[in-house]
Amino acid sequence: MRYAETGYNLEIDLSRGNIEKVETDPRLAELHLGGLGTNAKLLWDRVPPEVEPFSPDNLLIFAAGLLCGTPAPGANRTIVSTISPQTLYMAFSMMGGFFAPELKYAGYDKVIIRGKSPNLVYLWINNDKVEIRDASHLRGKGAVETAELIRQELQEPNAQVAAIGLAGENRVFMASIEHARSSASRLGIGAVMGDKGLKAVAVRGTRDINLARPADLINFCHDILRYIPERDSKPVPGVMPILAGLGSPKEMLIHDEQWHTENFMWGNARTRLKDYWTKDVEEKWKETQESVRTRLISCYNCPMKCGAIISVPGISTYMMKCFSKLTYTMGAYSDLDFGFRIAQRATEYGVDGFSTPQVMAFALELLEAGILTDADFPGMPADNEGRFYWLLDHIVRREGIGDILADGVYWAARKIGKGAEAYDHNTIKKHEQLPLKLSMLNPIYFLMWATGEKVNITQIEGNFPQAPFPTREEREEFVKDWIHVPHERMKEYFLNWELRGENAFPFYPPIDATCEIVDWQETMHYIDDALGLCAGLSSFPLKPPYHIHNLPTLIGAAAGIDLDKDELWKIAKRNRTMVRAVNVRRGLRRKDDCPPEDHWKKRFPELEAQLLDAYYTLKGFNRDGVPTKESLHDLSMDYISEEFERRGILNNGQSEEES
Amino acid sequence: MGKVKKKVKLIKIDPDKCNGCRACELICSAFHATPKYSSNNPARARIRMIYEPLKDIYLPVYAGEYTAATCMGRNKYIIDGKEYGECAFCRASCPARDAFKEPDSGLPLKCDMCEDDPAQEVPLCVKWCITDALTYEEVEEEVEEDVALTEMEIGLKALVDKYGLDNMVDGIARLSQKG
Repeated sequence: MRYAETGYNLEIDLSRGNIEKVETDPRLAELHLGGLGTNAKLLWDRVPPEVEPFSPDNLLIFAAGLLCGTPAPGANRTIVSTISPQTLYMAFSMMGGFFAPELKYAGYDKVIIRGKSPNLVYLWINNDKVEIRDASHLRGKGAVETAELIRQELQEPNAQVAAIGLAGENRVFMASIEHARSSASRLGIGAVMGDKGLKAVAVRGTRDINLARPADLINFCHDILRYIPERDSKPVPGVMPILAGLGSPKEMLIHDEQWHTENFMWGNARTRLKDYWTKDVEEKWKETQESVRTRLISCYNCPMKCGAIISVPGISTYMMKCFSKLTYTMGAYSDLDFGFRIAQRATEYGVDGFSTPQVMAFALELLEAGILTDADFPGMPADNEGRFYWLLDHIVRREGIGDILADGVYWAARKIGKGAEAYDHNTIKKHEQLPLKLSMLNPIYFLMWATGEKVNITQIEGNFPQAPFPTREEREEFVKDWIHVPHERMKEYFLNWELRGENAFPFYPPIDATCEIVDWQETMHYIDDALGLCAGLSSFPLKPPYHIHNLPTLIGAAAGIDLDKDELWKIAKRNRTMVRAVNVRRGLRRKDDCPPEDHWKKRFPELEAQLLDAYYTLKGFNRDGVPTKESLHDLSMDYISEEFERRGILNNGQSEEES
Repeated sequence: MGKVKKKVKLIKIDPDKCNGCRACELICSAFHATPKYSSNNPARARIRMIYEPLKDIYLPVYAGEYTAATCMGRNKYIIDGKEYGECAFCRASCPARDAFKEPDSGLPLKCDMCEDDPAQEVPLCVKWCITDALTYEEVEEEVEEDVALTEMEIGLKALVDKYGLDNMVDGIARLSQKG
């Protein structure tokens, strides 16, 4: 019997209309766990680098993590993987909600979609009955609206639906896949779904998920459920409110936005408004938030309330989570009321709340600079907010200048030319980043921004505090119950970390310590993404309920895979290396591991080079960022180095550059 | 028959506190799996979320008695400006809907307050609802003393339910005449 996983994938070929249920190799779970790990393996095996993102041969994979559908709180993540049309590398956006558990209850670990449908269709998975159904009546419908219409049409109120809006249909590179209170937004996966002619996937399941050691698992879960309120009642002092407790940042609950509004950049990642958060603003924003927020809501089997139902008078109700309440607000130099209003339209269109406002702000900068002219924006209103609505409408329809902007800042800048490239100052690997511009180089964040394969800082940062605490007493207090660290050295790195002086940025933490800190945080994310655990209970907050010491127990009890901490760490390394390998085969090298030039004012090229060298060594990559033959052998992935050699990426274990 | 004091277990439901996570459904189905906790499947749960996020309807409902026939069920309740169908509050396992039926056999499900072996101090849905939408209370009530039916009486009652009392009396009379 298979435990925690179902042991079956659903293979859909939209070109031929073929549907198959395929049993998977149980050894894959032992090597990669599931979720992101096995997704990366599928892309390695079946999508060679010659396959373009919009080729019928590109795969779009909806995967439930290994623990989704088990009683482990917060195990509900769907990991959607494909090749990104924007970065041309592997994209793995993820979403919470209810989709992954429902897929498991229907009897599948993954839905693997290839080919292209000639007409717009949606997929209906109801246990063993799987249909490709006509969706021509849903063309142009909003993502939230589509989910509702499908549930009505199927007369199945319990179906879980993941859908694209107009942006996905029009292959906008910022297109998201929306589901319940969640969305898989980053890296253009909605565009790939639209390219395949797939409007939505609806799923309903009424099957059992089996567990290896049920009594142990339930006891473990009871410990987790005891820990969560205990931990939440003890916010970590001295850190900003959204990072003091558990969960993904509780933007829907918390009103205090001083930290974001005064430290993040407004516009096209351009201006810092240091004294923005006045009493007046605070009161106004609090009132706005409370007047539109109907209820705080959760994903499947999770007590954290990171999302909310938002009802702005006069426009349709929608659901929001996390940071998108601020991205439009700050992109447009507007206020929270505008943020909540435009986010409703953006959610129905199905676009990424991180990238989209930056693309729009970028366009307006080009207009101001005379690189674009009024002729490029025919009919655009004069008022600030009106201009953002106009831009949003034109981007998702790919009309006029919107067609160019729909490819994101990097590609748009190159298409527009005339110096527009200089305004592309906040992308990494062609993807828009959080709008942060800082002063002194932070070595930990340098490595994470540079090498994070998910090209998104929130998907790599987490368990280690973002900044030193001012006094040693405070630091000592913090490490007292810091059982989460992989080894005691980690506490020393933190204890000796000062705001100023020798033990401060950029030369502290020392290079090796920096690499270890990055490695720990990254490893925890890779474990979560394979298990389908929400980072909000694991790799993102300080002192979370799940950590490297108790996760092996959970995996053993749920899936019957017995491993210790080191073996689990190795699986995460294997998965991380696999993702790297997929991207290296598509051309990724050291030159791409590069944060925006103006991310910090004070840069240290020599130190940065040393940091990269040390990180690569720790990860088993060569100086060019390519996994070495030895490390691939150690991770039981000789087939990768063999292909690297066949393709001339490694020559006798050396990369082109070195040999 | 006299009055006796009886411990009554009850679950208080505060829909305003519900965050819609469905942990209650999950743990209910796990507890009632055989062997205990060996599998889980919310479709087998004896508690269901009536759940329409865009209308802000979040209502956990417990499985009650089985009913062989559907009712009229056409009333609407408007509470705090939200419209609920009559079925939303109904606990019956009923032919009109899928809720509270084993998905494979269609057999009816009923909440037993987790008194199943081993009996839990608190129903597990309450224990897993750490947002406190579900809370547990024990109250003492004075009730008419129950007279326990004998095994034969239980059997007879089932026959009465099926054929009607008059038919039963006639049948017994005929049987006794035949000696």
